[in-house]
Amino acid sequence: MDKAQEKDYFESLISLEYNFTAGSATTRFLEAIAKGNIVGQKCPKCGAVYVPPRGSCPRDGVPTLEEIQLPDYGCIESFTVVHIPIPGNPIEPPFVSAMIRLDGANISFLHLIQEIALEDIRIGMRVKAVWKPETEWTTSLENIKWFKPTGEVDINPESLKFISS
Amino acid sequence: MIPAAVIGIGQTKYDSKRRDVSMPGLIREAIDKAIIQAGVEWQDIDAVVLGKAPDMFEGVMMPELFLADAIGAYNKPLLRVHTAGSVGGSTAIMAATHITSGQYKCVLTVSFEKQSESNATWALSPKYPYTPHINAGAGGYFAPYMREYIRRSKAPEHIGWQVAVKDRRNANLNPLAHLQIPNIDLEMVKNTPMLWEPLRYLESCPSSDGACALVIASKEVAKGKNAAWIKGMSIRSEGTLSAGRDEVNPLAGQMCAKDIYSQAGITNPLKEIDCAEIYVPFSWYEPMWLENLGFAELNQGWKFTDSGKTELSGEIPFNMSGGVLSSNPIGASGMIRFGEAALQVMGLAGEHQVDNANVAMGHAYGGAAQFFAMWIVSSHQ
Repeated sequence: MDKAQEKDYFESLISLEYNFTAGSATTRFLEAIAKGNIVGQKCPKCGAVYVPPRGSCPRDGVPTLEEIQLPDYGCIESFTVVHIPIPGNPIEPPFVSAMIRLDGANISFLHLIQEIALEDIRIGMRVKAVWKPETEWTTSLENIKWFKPTGEVDINPESLKFISS
Repeated sequence: MIPAAVIGIGQTKYDSKRRDVSMPGLIREAIDKAIIQAGVEWQDIDAVVLGKAPDMFEGVMMPELFLADAIGAYNKPLLRVHTAGSVGGSTAIMAATHITSGQYKCVLTVSFEKQSESNATWALSPKYPYTPHINAGAGGYFAPYMREYIRRSKAPEHIGWQVAVKDRRNANLNPLAHLQIPNIDLEMVKNTPMLWEPLRYLESCPSSDGACALVIASKEVAKGKNAAWIKGMSIRSEGTLSAGRDEVNPLAGQMCAKDIYSQAGITNPLKEIDCAEIYVPFSWYEPMWLENLGFAELNQGWKFTDSGKTELSGEIPFNMSGGVLSSNPIGASGMIRFGEAALQVMGLAGEHQVDNANVAMGHAYGGAAQFFAMWIVSSHQ
Protein backbone atom coordinates (compact mmCIF):
# COMPACT_ATOMS: atom_id res chain seq x y z
CA MET A 1 0.00 0.00 0.00
CA ASP A 2 1.24 3.46 -0.94
CA LYS A 3 2.27 5.27 2.26
CA ALA A 4 0.30 8.36 1.22
CA GLN A 5 -2.90 6.31 1.00
CA GLU A 6 -2.65 5.04 4.56
CA LYS A 7 -5.22 6.40 6.96
CA ASP A 8 -4.53 7.23 10.57
CA TYR A 9 -4.93 4.41 13.02
CA PHE A 10 -4.35 3.94 16.69
CA GLU A 11 -3.68 0.96 18.88
CA SER A 12 -6.54 0.03 21.19
CA LEU A 13 -5.69 -2.77 23.60
CA ILE A 14 -8.45 -4.87 25.04
CA SER A 15 -8.18 -7.55 27.68
CA LEU A 16 -10.58 -10.18 28.79
CA GLU A 17 -10.84 -12.23 31.94
CA TYR A 18 -13.41 -14.91 32.40
CA ASN A 19 -14.43 -17.43 35.02
CA PHE A 20 -14.59 -21.00 33.82
CA THR A 21 -17.34 -23.16 35.27
CA ALA A 22 -16.11 -26.72 34.88
CA GLY A 23 -19.42 -28.51 35.48
CA SER A 24 -19.78 -31.66 37.56
CA ALA A 25 -18.11 -34.16 35.18
CA THR A 26 -15.02 -32.05 34.55
CA THR A 27 -14.85 -31.11 38.24
CA ARG A 28 -14.53 -34.80 39.16
CA PHE A 29 -11.77 -35.17 36.56
CA LEU A 30 -9.95 -32.12 37.91
CA GLU A 31 -10.25 -33.26 41.53
CA ALA A 32 -8.71 -36.60 40.50
CA ILE A 33 -5.86 -35.07 38.52
CA ALA A 34 -5.04 -32.87 41.52
CA LYS A 35 -4.20 -36.18 43.26
CA GLY A 36 -2.27 -37.56 40.30
CA ASN A 37 -5.09 -39.76 38.95
CA ILE A 38 -6.48 -39.63 35.42
CA VAL A 39 -10.18 -40.45 35.28
CA GLY A 40 -12.12 -40.89 32.05
CA GLN A 41 -15.82 -41.51 31.49
CA LYS A 42 -17.46 -44.24 29.46
CA CYS A 43 -20.52 -43.95 27.22
CA PRO A 44 -23.13 -46.56 28.23
CA LYS A 45 -24.29 -46.89 24.60
CA CYS A 46 -21.22 -46.94 22.32
CA GLY A 47 -18.61 -47.75 24.97
CA ALA A 48 -16.34 -44.82 24.06
CA VAL A 49 -14.06 -43.62 26.87
CA TYR A 50 -13.53 -39.86 26.99
CA VAL A 51 -10.67 -38.03 28.68
CA PRO A 52 -10.90 -35.27 29.78
CA PRO A 53 -14.58 -36.15 30.18
CA ARG A 54 -17.32 -33.62 29.58
CA GLY A 55 -20.16 -35.59 31.09
CA SER A 56 -21.83 -36.80 27.92
CA CYS A 57 -21.09 -38.66 24.70
CA PRO A 58 -21.32 -36.41 21.62
CA ARG A 59 -22.06 -39.48 19.48
CA ASP A 60 -25.06 -40.67 21.45
CA GLY A 61 -26.09 -37.64 23.49
CA VAL A 62 -26.29 -39.61 26.73
CA PRO A 63 -24.60 -39.01 30.13
CA THR A 64 -21.28 -40.79 30.64
CA LEU A 65 -21.73 -41.66 34.29
CA GLU A 66 -19.33 -44.61 34.55
CA GLU A 67 -15.86 -43.41 35.57
CA ILE A 68 -12.79 -45.31 34.42
CA GLN A 69 -9.33 -45.04 35.95
CA LEU A 70 -6.86 -44.53 33.09
CA PRO A 71 -3.10 -45.07 33.09
CA ASP A 72 -0.65 -42.22 32.51
CA TYR A 73 0.77 -43.90 29.42
CA GLY A 74 -0.36 -44.48 25.86
CA CYS A 75 0.81 -43.53 22.39
CA ILE A 76 1.19 -40.64 19.96
CA GLU A 77 -1.82 -40.52 17.61
CA SER A 78 -0.22 -37.72 15.58
CA PHE A 79 1.87 -34.63 16.23
CA THR A 80 3.48 -31.52 14.84
CA VAL A 81 6.70 -29.73 15.62
CA VAL A 82 5.93 -26.04 16.08
CA HIS A 83 8.86 -23.96 14.81
CA ILE A 84 7.44 -20.45 15.14
CA PRO A 85 6.73 -18.41 18.25
CA ILE A 86 3.00 -18.08 18.90
CA PRO A 87 1.90 -14.69 20.25
CA GLY A 88 1.02 -15.01 23.95
CA ASN A 89 2.35 -18.56 24.18
CA PRO A 90 5.05 -19.05 26.85
CA ILE A 91 6.80 -22.07 25.28
CA GLU A 92 9.95 -21.47 23.21
CA PRO A 93 9.91 -23.15 19.78
CA PRO A 94 10.66 -25.68 18.52
CA PHE A 95 8.27 -27.75 20.62
CA VAL A 96 6.22 -30.85 19.93
CA SER A 97 2.46 -30.62 20.17
CA ALA A 98 1.20 -34.20 20.18
CA MET A 99 -2.18 -35.89 20.25
CA ILE A 100 -1.76 -38.26 23.20
CA ARG A 101 -4.01 -41.33 23.25
CA LEU A 102 -3.94 -42.94 26.69
CA ASP A 103 -4.37 -46.72 26.79
CA GLY A 104 -8.07 -47.44 27.26
CA ALA A 105 -9.23 -44.02 25.97
CA ASN A 106 -10.97 -43.40 22.65
CA ILE A 107 -10.02 -39.77 22.29
CA SER A 108 -6.73 -37.86 22.41
CA PHE A 109 -5.67 -34.67 24.13
CA LEU A 110 -2.78 -32.33 23.27
CA HIS A 111 0.39 -32.42 25.29
CA LEU A 112 4.15 -31.94 24.93
CA ILE A 113 6.73 -34.61 24.02
CA GLN A 114 10.24 -34.27 25.44
CA GLU A 115 13.35 -36.33 26.24
CA ILE A 116 13.76 -37.40 22.59
CA ALA A 117 15.29 -35.90 19.43
CA LEU A 118 12.59 -34.22 17.31
CA GLU A 119 13.39 -36.28 14.22
CA ASP A 120 12.86 -39.56 16.11
CA ILE A 121 9.24 -38.89 17.07
CA ARG A 122 6.73 -41.10 15.25
CA ILE A 123 2.99 -41.72 14.99
CA GLY A 124 2.27 -44.81 17.10
CA MET A 125 5.23 -44.27 19.49
CA ARG A 126 4.61 -45.40 23.09
CA VAL A 127 4.85 -42.57 25.64
CA LYS A 128 4.48 -42.07 29.40
CA ALA A 129 3.70 -39.01 31.52
CA VAL A 130 6.45 -37.17 33.38
CA TRP A 131 4.79 -35.53 36.39
CA LYS A 132 5.74 -32.32 38.16
CA PRO A 133 6.70 -32.68 41.85
CA GLU A 134 3.58 -33.47 43.88
CA THR A 135 3.86 -30.19 45.81
CA GLU A 136 3.16 -28.31 42.53
CA TRP A 137 0.00 -30.23 41.58
CA THR A 138 -3.17 -28.23 40.89
CA THR A 139 -6.45 -29.01 39.12
CA SER A 140 -4.80 -29.12 35.71
CA LEU A 141 -3.36 -31.46 33.08
CA GLU A 142 -0.31 -29.24 33.50
CA ASN A 143 0.53 -31.46 36.51
CA ILE A 144 2.07 -33.55 33.74
CA LYS A 145 5.18 -31.71 32.53
CA TRP A 146 5.32 -33.64 29.27
CA PHE A 147 5.26 -37.16 27.87
CA LYS A 148 8.43 -39.13 27.10
CA PRO A 149 9.03 -42.31 25.07
CA THR A 150 8.83 -45.60 26.99
CA GLY A 151 11.08 -47.47 24.56
CA GLU A 152 8.39 -50.11 23.91
CA VAL A 153 7.49 -51.27 20.39
CA ASP A 154 5.24 -48.81 18.48
CA ILE A 155 1.57 -49.64 18.18
CA ASN A 156 -0.15 -50.00 14.80
CA PRO A 157 -2.00 -46.67 14.31
CA GLU A 158 -4.89 -48.54 12.67
CA SER A 159 -5.59 -50.12 16.08
CA LEU A 160 -6.63 -46.66 17.37
CA LYS A 161 -9.76 -46.68 15.21
CA PHE A 162 -12.85 -46.60 17.39
CA ILE A 163 -15.26 -49.49 16.99
CA SER A 164 -18.56 -48.86 18.73
CA SER A 165 -19.58 -51.60 21.19
CA MET B 1 -36.65 -25.67 -4.71
CA ILE B 2 -37.56 -22.16 -5.89
CA PRO B 3 -34.72 -21.20 -8.29
CA ALA B 4 -32.03 -18.80 -7.05
CA ALA B 5 -29.07 -17.35 -8.91
CA VAL B 6 -25.99 -15.29 -8.20
CA ILE B 7 -26.19 -12.19 -10.40
CA GLY B 8 -23.41 -10.08 -8.90
CA ILE B 9 -20.02 -10.85 -7.34
CA GLY B 10 -17.87 -8.15 -5.76
CA GLN B 11 -14.41 -8.63 -4.31
CA THR B 12 -11.92 -6.22 -2.85
CA LYS B 13 -8.25 -6.27 -3.66
CA TYR B 14 -6.79 -8.63 -1.03
CA ASP B 15 -3.69 -7.47 0.81
CA SER B 16 -1.89 -7.97 4.12
CA LYS B 17 -2.85 -4.48 5.31
CA ARG B 18 -5.66 -2.49 3.69
CA ARG B 19 -4.75 0.62 5.65
CA ASP B 20 -6.36 2.79 2.94
CA VAL B 21 -9.86 1.84 4.12
CA SER B 22 -11.75 1.35 7.39
CA MET B 23 -13.62 -1.87 8.08
CA PRO B 24 -16.91 -0.43 6.72
CA GLY B 25 -15.02 1.03 3.75
CA LEU B 26 -13.49 -2.34 2.93
CA ILE B 27 -16.86 -4.06 3.01
CA ARG B 28 -18.49 -1.34 0.96
CA GLU B 29 -15.82 -1.77 -1.74
CA ALA B 30 -17.01 -5.36 -2.29
CA ILE B 31 -20.71 -4.51 -2.00
CA ASP B 32 -20.56 -1.69 -4.54
CA LYS B 33 -18.87 -3.94 -7.10
CA ALA B 34 -21.45 -6.71 -6.56
CA ILE B 35 -24.42 -4.35 -6.88
CA ILE B 36 -23.04 -2.75 -10.03
CA GLN B 37 -22.38 -6.13 -11.63
CA ALA B 38 -25.87 -7.31 -10.67
CA GLY B 39 -27.42 -4.21 -12.26
CA VAL B 40 -29.73 -3.62 -9.29
CA GLU B 41 -30.34 -0.59 -7.08
CA TRP B 42 -30.20 -0.32 -3.29
CA GLN B 43 -33.99 -0.24 -3.10
CA ASP B 44 -34.12 -3.63 -4.88
CA ILE B 45 -32.31 -5.32 -1.96
CA ASP B 46 -34.85 -7.02 0.32
CA ALA B 47 -32.48 -8.29 3.03
CA VAL B 48 -28.81 -8.38 3.99
CA VAL B 49 -26.86 -11.35 5.37
CA LEU B 50 -23.42 -10.71 6.90
CA GLY B 51 -20.79 -13.37 7.62
CA LYS B 52 -17.73 -13.06 9.78
CA ALA B 53 -15.28 -15.41 11.51
CA PRO B 54 -14.69 -15.16 15.31
CA ASP B 55 -14.95 -11.60 16.65
CA MET B 56 -11.66 -12.12 18.49
CA PHE B 57 -9.85 -12.07 15.14
CA GLU B 58 -10.20 -8.28 15.10
CA GLY B 59 -11.29 -7.53 18.64
CA VAL B 60 -14.55 -5.99 17.39
CA MET B 61 -17.52 -7.59 19.08
CA MET B 62 -20.69 -7.93 17.04
CA PRO B 63 -19.46 -5.97 14.00
CA GLU B 64 -22.93 -6.26 12.45
CA LEU B 65 -24.06 -3.56 14.88
CA PHE B 66 -21.74 -0.83 13.69
CA LEU B 67 -21.78 -2.05 10.07
CA ALA B 68 -25.58 -2.04 9.64
CA ASP B 69 -25.55 1.28 7.81
CA ALA B 70 -22.50 0.58 5.62
CA ILE B 71 -24.03 -2.66 4.38
CA GLY B 72 -27.33 -0.99 3.54
CA ALA B 73 -29.37 -2.84 6.15
CA TYR B 74 -31.12 0.28 7.39
CA ASN B 75 -34.80 -0.64 7.87
CA LYS B 76 -34.16 -4.02 6.26
CA PRO B 77 -33.78 -7.53 7.67
CA LEU B 78 -30.18 -8.19 8.78
CA LEU B 79 -28.82 -11.57 9.81
CA ARG B 80 -25.27 -12.28 10.96
CA VAL B 81 -23.82 -15.76 10.47
CA HIS B 82 -20.87 -17.42 12.17
CA THR B 83 -19.46 -20.90 11.49
CA ALA B 84 -15.70 -20.22 11.91
CA GLY B 85 -13.66 -20.59 8.68
CA SER B 86 -16.59 -21.98 6.71
CA VAL B 87 -18.66 -18.86 7.46
CA GLY B 88 -18.31 -17.30 4.01
CA GLY B 89 -19.88 -20.41 2.53
CA SER B 90 -22.62 -20.88 5.10
CA THR B 91 -23.45 -17.16 4.85
CA ALA B 92 -23.95 -17.43 1.08
CA ILE B 93 -26.21 -20.43 1.69
CA MET B 94 -28.22 -18.57 4.35
CA ALA B 95 -28.69 -15.73 1.84
CA ALA B 96 -29.71 -18.15 -0.91
CA THR B 97 -32.32 -19.76 1.35
CA HIS B 98 -33.93 -16.29 1.64
CA ILE B 99 -34.69 -16.69 -2.08
CA THR B 100 -35.37 -20.45 -2.27
CA SER B 101 -37.87 -20.12 0.57
CA GLY B 102 -39.83 -17.65 -1.53
CA GLN B 103 -39.56 -15.01 1.20
CA TYR B 104 -37.49 -12.47 -0.80
CA LYS B 105 -36.60 -11.65 -4.41
CA CYS B 106 -33.16 -10.09 -4.09
CA VAL B 107 -30.66 -10.48 -1.24
CA LEU B 108 -27.25 -8.96 -0.60
CA THR B 109 -24.72 -11.03 1.29
CA VAL B 110 -21.23 -9.99 2.35
CA SER B 111 -18.42 -11.45 4.41
CA PHE B 112 -15.07 -10.05 5.43
CA GLU B 113 -12.01 -10.11 7.61
CA LYS B 114 -9.59 -7.31 8.33
CA GLN B 115 -6.90 -9.48 9.82
CA SER B 116 -4.39 -6.64 10.05
CA GLU B 117 -6.46 -5.03 12.83
CA SER B 118 -5.55 -7.83 15.25
CA ASN B 119 -3.86 -11.22 15.23
CA ALA B 120 -5.83 -14.34 14.30
CA THR B 121 -3.05 -16.71 15.33
CA TRP B 122 -3.12 -15.17 18.80
CA ALA B 123 -6.92 -15.43 18.84
CA LEU B 124 -6.70 -19.12 17.90
CA SER B 125 -4.06 -19.91 20.52
CA PRO B 126 -5.44 -18.89 23.91
CA LYS B 127 -4.65 -20.63 27.16
CA TYR B 128 -7.55 -23.00 27.74
CA PRO B 129 -8.47 -23.90 31.31
CA TYR B 130 -6.70 -26.91 32.85
CA THR B 131 -4.63 -27.78 29.75
CA PRO B 132 -1.05 -26.96 28.77
CA HIS B 133 -0.69 -23.85 26.62
CA ILE B 134 0.63 -25.50 23.47
CA ASN B 135 -2.05 -24.81 20.88
CA ALA B 136 -0.37 -22.98 18.02
CA GLY B 137 -2.79 -21.37 15.58
CA ALA B 138 -4.68 -23.06 12.75
CA GLY B 139 -1.51 -24.53 11.24
CA GLY B 140 -0.57 -26.08 14.57
CA TYR B 141 -4.04 -27.55 14.89
CA PHE B 142 -4.29 -29.06 11.39
CA ALA B 143 -0.67 -30.19 10.93
CA PRO B 144 -1.11 -33.50 12.85
CA TYR B 145 -4.05 -34.40 10.58
CA MET B 146 -1.91 -33.71 7.50
CA ARG B 147 0.85 -35.87 8.93
CA GLU B 148 -1.69 -38.67 9.46
CA TYR B 149 -2.89 -38.24 5.85
CA ILE B 150 0.69 -38.61 4.63
CA ARG B 151 1.11 -41.75 6.73
CA ARG B 152 -2.09 -43.33 5.41
CA SER B 153 -1.63 -42.41 1.76
CA LYS B 154 2.17 -42.73 1.62
CA ALA B 155 2.20 -39.50 -0.39
CA PRO B 156 5.66 -38.11 -1.17
CA GLU B 157 6.75 -34.82 0.42
CA HIS B 158 6.76 -32.85 -2.86
CA ILE B 159 2.94 -33.04 -3.18
CA GLY B 160 2.56 -30.25 -0.63
CA TRP B 161 5.06 -28.11 -2.52
CA GLN B 162 3.23 -28.77 -5.82
CA VAL B 163 -0.09 -27.51 -4.42
CA ALA B 164 1.68 -24.41 -3.07
CA VAL B 165 3.20 -23.68 -6.50
CA LYS B 166 0.07 -24.42 -8.54
CA ASP B 167 -2.19 -22.17 -6.46
CA ARG B 168 0.31 -19.28 -6.51
CA ARG B 169 0.75 -19.61 -10.31
CA ASN B 170 -3.03 -19.30 -10.56
CA ALA B 171 -2.91 -16.27 -8.24
CA ASN B 172 -0.55 -14.59 -10.69
CA LEU B 173 -3.49 -14.62 -13.15
CA ASN B 174 -5.82 -13.03 -10.58
CA PRO B 175 -5.10 -9.31 -10.01
CA LEU B 176 -7.14 -9.34 -6.77
CA ALA B 177 -5.06 -12.11 -5.16
CA HIS B 178 -3.02 -11.09 -2.12
CA LEU B 179 0.12 -13.09 -2.90
CA GLN B 180 1.74 -12.35 -6.25
CA ILE B 181 4.93 -14.41 -6.59
CA PRO B 182 5.91 -14.34 -10.29
CA ASN B 183 8.87 -16.74 -10.05
CA ILE B 184 7.30 -19.30 -7.70
CA ASP B 185 8.62 -22.86 -8.09
CA LEU B 186 9.19 -26.05 -6.07
CA GLU B 187 12.70 -25.01 -5.03
CA MET B 188 11.41 -21.75 -3.58
CA VAL B 189 8.67 -23.50 -1.58
CA LYS B 190 10.92 -26.23 -0.18
CA ASN B 191 13.53 -23.67 0.87
CA THR B 192 11.09 -21.65 2.97
CA PRO B 193 11.22 -22.17 6.75
CA MET B 194 9.32 -24.98 8.43
CA LEU B 195 6.43 -23.55 10.49
CA TRP B 196 4.42 -26.52 11.73
CA GLU B 197 5.81 -29.82 10.47
CA PRO B 198 5.07 -30.94 7.77
CA LEU B 199 4.11 -27.41 6.67
CA ARG B 200 6.56 -24.89 5.32
CA TYR B 201 5.97 -21.14 5.12
CA LEU B 202 4.85 -21.14 1.48
CA GLU B 203 2.61 -24.16 2.08
CA SER B 204 0.49 -22.00 4.39
CA CYS B 205 -2.11 -19.33 3.72
CA PRO B 206 -1.35 -15.65 4.28
CA SER B 207 -3.24 -13.31 6.65
CA SER B 208 -5.30 -10.98 4.48
CA ASP B 209 -7.64 -8.04 4.62
CA GLY B 210 -10.59 -8.30 2.27
CA ALA B 211 -14.29 -8.69 1.65
CA CYS B 212 -16.52 -10.49 -0.80
CA ALA B 213 -20.17 -9.75 -1.60
CA LEU B 214 -22.81 -11.54 -3.65
CA VAL B 215 -26.22 -10.50 -4.93
CA ILE B 216 -28.51 -13.52 -5.01
CA ALA B 217 -31.82 -13.21 -6.81
CA SER B 218 -35.01 -14.99 -7.80
CA LYS B 219 -35.81 -16.08 -11.36
CA GLU B 220 -37.83 -12.88 -11.95
CA VAL B 221 -34.99 -10.57 -10.90
CA ALA B 222 -32.32 -12.67 -12.70
CA LYS B 223 -34.28 -12.71 -15.95
CA GLY B 224 -32.14 -11.58 -18.89
CA LYS B 225 -29.04 -11.23 -16.69
CA ASN B 226 -25.80 -13.22 -16.72
CA ALA B 227 -26.40 -15.58 -13.79
CA ALA B 228 -24.93 -18.54 -11.90
CA TRP B 229 -27.85 -20.80 -10.97
CA ILE B 230 -27.60 -22.59 -7.64
CA LYS B 231 -28.23 -26.28 -8.31
CA GLY B 232 -27.39 -27.65 -4.88
CA MET B 233 -26.30 -26.30 -1.49
CA SER B 234 -25.71 -27.88 1.88
CA ILE B 235 -24.24 -27.38 5.36
CA ARG B 236 -23.05 -30.14 7.71
CA SER B 237 -21.36 -30.16 11.13
CA GLU B 238 -19.77 -32.61 13.53
CA GLY B 239 -18.65 -32.44 17.16
CA THR B 240 -15.09 -31.37 17.94
CA LEU B 241 -14.30 -34.10 20.44
CA SER B 242 -16.19 -37.20 19.48
CA ALA B 243 -14.80 -40.75 19.61
CA GLY B 244 -14.35 -42.24 16.17
CA ARG B 245 -14.37 -38.91 14.38
CA ASP B 246 -11.98 -39.06 11.43
CA GLU B 247 -10.44 -35.60 11.22
CA VAL B 248 -8.47 -36.59 8.10
CA ASN B 249 -11.57 -37.55 6.14
CA PRO B 250 -14.50 -36.04 8.07
CA LEU B 251 -17.87 -37.72 7.67
CA ALA B 252 -19.66 -34.34 7.66
CA GLY B 253 -17.65 -33.32 4.59
CA GLN B 254 -18.54 -36.53 2.76
CA MET B 255 -22.23 -36.12 3.65
CA CYS B 256 -22.31 -32.47 2.61
CA ALA B 257 -20.77 -33.30 -0.80
CA LYS B 258 -23.16 -36.21 -1.36
CA ASP B 259 -26.08 -33.93 -0.58
CA ILE B 260 -25.15 -31.24 -3.13
CA TYR B 261 -24.34 -33.82 -5.83
CA SER B 262 -27.70 -35.45 -5.26
CA GLN B 263 -29.55 -32.10 -5.44
CA ALA B 264 -27.69 -31.19 -8.64
CA GLY B 265 -28.19 -34.65 -10.19
CA ILE B 266 -24.44 -35.32 -10.25
CA THR B 267 -23.42 -38.98 -10.08
CA ASN B 268 -19.76 -38.62 -11.13
CA PRO B 269 -18.31 -35.37 -9.74
CA LEU B 270 -15.00 -35.81 -11.55
CA LYS B 271 -16.72 -35.97 -14.95
CA GLU B 272 -19.67 -33.68 -14.33
CA ILE B 273 -18.06 -30.78 -12.45
CA ASP B 274 -15.90 -28.56 -14.68
CA CYS B 275 -13.90 -26.81 -11.95
CA ALA B 276 -13.93 -26.26 -8.20
CA GLU B 277 -12.95 -23.61 -5.67
CA ILE B 278 -12.10 -25.67 -2.59
CA TYR B 279 -11.00 -24.38 0.84
CA VAL B 280 -7.30 -25.29 0.94
CA PRO B 281 -5.57 -23.10 3.56
CA PHE B 282 -2.64 -25.50 3.85
CA SER B 283 -1.16 -27.39 0.90
CA TRP B 284 -2.02 -30.93 2.00
CA TYR B 285 -5.71 -30.15 2.15
CA GLU B 286 -5.92 -30.38 -1.66
CA PRO B 287 -5.34 -34.15 -1.80
CA MET B 288 -7.31 -34.63 1.43
CA TRP B 289 -10.39 -32.86 0.05
CA LEU B 290 -10.04 -34.48 -3.40
CA GLU B 291 -10.79 -37.73 -1.54
CA ASN B 292 -13.28 -36.38 0.99
CA LEU B 293 -15.39 -34.84 -1.80
CA GLY B 294 -15.37 -37.96 -3.95
CA PHE B 295 -13.19 -36.74 -6.82
CA ALA B 296 -10.50 -39.33 -6.04
CA GLU B 297 -10.45 -42.74 -4.35
CA LEU B 298 -9.24 -42.98 -0.74
CA ASN B 299 -5.46 -42.35 -0.41
CA GLN B 300 -5.21 -41.58 -4.16
CA GLY B 301 -5.92 -37.82 -4.12
CA TRP B 302 -2.23 -36.89 -4.14
CA LYS B 303 -1.81 -38.66 -7.49
CA PHE B 304 -4.28 -36.17 -9.02
CA THR B 305 -2.12 -33.31 -7.76
CA ASP B 306 1.06 -35.06 -8.90
CA SER B 307 -0.21 -35.64 -12.44
CA GLY B 308 -1.50 -32.08 -12.89
CA LYS B 309 -5.21 -32.97 -12.86
CA THR B 310 -5.98 -30.01 -10.57
CA GLU B 311 -4.13 -27.43 -12.68
CA LEU B 312 -6.04 -24.73 -14.58
CA SER B 313 -5.98 -26.85 -17.77
CA GLY B 314 -6.38 -30.18 -15.91
CA GLU B 315 -9.27 -32.60 -15.63
CA ILE B 316 -10.64 -31.01 -12.44
CA PRO B 317 -9.09 -27.56 -11.90
CA PHE B 318 -8.91 -26.69 -8.19
CA ASN B 319 -8.62 -23.07 -7.00
CA MET B 320 -8.27 -21.25 -10.29
CA SER B 321 -8.28 -17.92 -8.41
CA GLY B 322 -5.24 -18.91 -6.34
CA GLY B 323 -7.41 -20.13 -3.49
CA VAL B 324 -7.08 -19.59 0.24
CA LEU B 325 -3.34 -20.24 -0.13
CA SER B 326 -3.08 -16.92 -2.01
CA SER B 327 -5.70 -14.74 -0.26
CA ASN B 328 -7.13 -15.41 3.19
CA PRO B 329 -9.43 -12.83 4.74
CA ILE B 330 -10.78 -15.71 6.87
CA GLY B 331 -14.43 -14.68 7.21
CA ALA B 332 -14.62 -14.00 3.46
CA SER B 333 -12.56 -16.98 2.27
CA GLY B 334 -15.57 -19.30 1.95
CA MET B 335 -17.66 -16.73 0.09
CA ILE B 336 -14.75 -16.06 -2.27
CA ARG B 337 -14.80 -19.78 -3.14
CA PHE B 338 -18.57 -19.64 -3.75
CA GLY B 339 -18.29 -16.37 -5.71
CA GLU B 340 -15.35 -17.56 -7.82
CA ALA B 341 -17.33 -20.70 -8.73
CA ALA B 342 -20.13 -18.39 -9.89
CA LEU B 343 -17.71 -16.22 -11.91
CA GLN B 344 -16.49 -19.34 -13.74
CA VAL B 345 -19.95 -20.42 -14.93
CA MET B 346 -20.79 -16.81 -15.84
CA GLY B 347 -17.61 -16.67 -17.95
CA LEU B 348 -16.33 -13.68 -15.97
CA ALA B 349 -13.19 -15.12 -14.34
CA GLY B 350 -10.80 -13.25 -16.64
CA GLU B 351 -7.34 -14.71 -17.03
CA HIS B 352 -8.09 -17.60 -14.67
CA GLN B 353 -11.24 -18.62 -16.55
CA VAL B 354 -11.62 -22.35 -17.30
CA ASP B 355 -12.78 -22.87 -20.90
CA ASN B 356 -16.43 -23.89 -21.19
CA ALA B 357 -17.02 -24.03 -17.45
CA ASN B 358 -20.73 -24.77 -17.06
CA VAL B 359 -20.83 -26.50 -13.67
CA ALA B 360 -18.64 -25.35 -10.78
CA MET B 361 -18.35 -26.18 -7.08
CA GLY B 362 -17.69 -23.86 -4.13
CA HIS B 363 -16.54 -25.34 -0.80
CA ALA B 364 -15.60 -24.11 2.66
CA TYR B 365 -14.65 -25.75 5.93
CA GLY B 366 -14.04 -24.41 9.39
CA GLY B 367 -13.63 -24.97 13.11
CA ALA B 368 -11.82 -28.16 14.03
CA ALA B 369 -12.47 -29.46 10.45
CA GLN B 370 -16.04 -29.82 11.69
CA PHE B 371 -18.14 -27.25 9.77
CA PHE B 372 -18.75 -27.70 6.05
CA ALA B 373 -20.61 -25.61 3.48
CA MET B 374 -20.78 -26.33 -0.26
CA TRP B 375 -22.69 -25.41 -3.37
CA ILE B 376 -22.92 -26.27 -7.06
CA VAL B 377 -23.60 -23.50 -9.56
CA SER B 378 -24.44 -23.83 -13.24
CA SER B 379 -24.65 -21.57 -16.28
CA HIS B 380 -28.03 -23.18 -17.01
CA GLN B 381 -31.17 -22.77 -14.98
